Amino acid sequence: MSPELTDRTKKKIAEISSRYASKEAALLPVLHLVQNETGFISQQEEKLVADLLDIQPIRVKEVVTFYTMFNQKQVGKYHIQVCSNLTCSLLGGESLIDHLKEKLGIAVGETTADQKFTLTTVECLGACEQAPCMMINFDYYGNLDKGKIDDILDKLE
Amino acid sequence: MAEKILTKNFGLENLFKIGVYLENKGYAAAKKALADMKPDGILEEVKAANLRGRGGAGFPAGVKWGFVPKESDKPKYLCVNADEGEPGTFKDRYIMSHNPHLLIEGIIITSYCVGIHTAFIYIRGEYEAVALRLEQAIAEAYEKGFLGKDILGSGFHLDVYVHRGAGAYICGEETALLESLEGKRGNPRLKPPFPASVGLFGCPTVINNVETISNVPSIVLNGASWFCQTGLPKDGGTRIFGVSGMVKKPGIYELPVGTSLKEIITKHAGGMKEGKNLKAVIPGGMSAPILTADEIAIDMDFDSLMQAKSMLGSAAIIVIDEETSMLDVLKRITKFYSHESCGQCTPCRIGNSWINKIVKRIADGSGKRGDLDKIVKLANNMLGKTLCPLGDAAAMPVLSIIQKFRKELETYLGN
Repeated sequence: MSPELTDRTKKKIAEISSRYASKEAALLPVLHLVQNETGFISQQEEKLVADLLDIQPIRVKEVVTFYTMFNQKQVGKYHIQVCSNLTCSLLGGESLIDHLKEKLGIAVGETTADQKFTLTTVECLGACEQAPCMMINFDYYGNLDKGKIDDILDKLE
Repeated sequence: MAEKILTKNFGLENLFKIGVYLENKGYAAAKKALADMKPDGILEEVKAANLRGRGGAGFPAGVKWGFVPKESDKPKYLCVNADEGEPGTFKDRYIMSHNPHLLIEGIIITSYCVGIHTAFIYIRGEYEAVALRLEQAIAEAYEKGFLGKDILGSGFHLDVYVHRGAGAYICGEETALLESLEGKRGNPRLKPPFPASVGLFGCPTVINNVETISNVPSIVLNGASWFCQTGLPKDGGTRIFGVSGMVKKPGIYELPVGTSLKEIITKHAGGMKEGKNLKAVIPGGMSAPILTADEIAIDMDFDSLMQAKSMLGSAAIIVIDEETSMLDVLKRITKFYSHESCGQCTPCRIGNSWINKIVKRIADGSGKRGDLDKIVKLANNMLGKTLCPLGDAAAMPVLSIIQKFRKELETYLGN
């Protein structure tokens, strides 16, 4: 069964598509909108988006698998993405990743059993002045240490 | 002489709102350009200012604009490169979140100069909050008549859209950015043809970095000779240096082009963190060949760094302390490029993957004598042998680290 998008999203997709000389160019923004609703892009969403933009589903898959921000499986309510690049590593990023693994009881790339947290590592987030840093969903958190991470996670419902 | 061009009003509360921006001479340059200047006059001014690209390559913006055909049956496009993926770089985020109207004003003038009616800001997907701020600023600009139809009664029309990427370093490369904007994987294109003639949707396209475009309003308002008073004659204006790593005060520092690296680290960024000693500096984003502690008495401009066999790149300075193992640095760098190679060119796809495997092997304690030479061979095989600069960007830091820290790296090798 195809996922149903809200009217608001459908309207937004139509508006975005009108910006480009080719319909296909709306693919990245449309995938962002769909993922905001469904949480991830499965084969069903690939088909849905392909139909919306009059392209083959394989074209959507090519793109979904190329860009790291498109989730190919369900992620938890809070997607924790810790920077593992150079500046963050210099300032203790690695030990924070270990701390999160231990605290959540999962490996990098996994989701907790209650579907609350997913832990991934990412390349540079463009916030090196606040290293070590991470994103939870779309919120940035910087100048982290173990205590700060505990405080941030404890506040998440 | 202006000490600061882009960040001078950063201290003002709510600068991101159009009202505050207007109260501080905001859009005065756009008004001047549209009312009093011809496109050719603007082009001459920007050429005379010798505004060099702030994204990394340092190509003069005016020359780039001049490559776009004046008469074209096809529409022309402006793509602002806000992908900011070069590790260590975060300056454009500051411009866009603190001073979005400066960028929009630069976009208006650039578009008027080149005859463009549609501009896209391609922003990295992770900067969602920044993208929202840009969209709000764009909406304000439409409302006040700075965008849309018949801008300020000049007859000139322009639409500006924000387009979010989705996590891919390669999309900061200009032709990969175009592919991505067209809804495809970010695989760089073969050049020529260059984007100025065949770019977005096959149409003539200007691609400039956020910081580059944001310099345009001040050049138009104050003139090229004013701009050239700051910085160097061939490399004028300021750079927003982003300092990160083992310094007391990491952050952005807008300083004249040519400010010494030593001054930036010791004075502006507060020097090394307590109890830490300097070992090495990456001076222009991760792709820039590394400098040792003895090499930081260097002027931060394109030519000086090129002479020192490094590069100014995005002016992102990563400061490394003595306690850090260069093998760890090498491991981080090679993991990044092995992950980010788009896979299109064999030397880059296979080379980066093998270099990273060998570095990991050394880090695991199984390194063999000859491993460093193998890495050098693989890296040399990428230099100049790929469609886009990612191959070079990956090879250069690796080669420089092995050359300058070979003795240390050899201590990790077995027999």
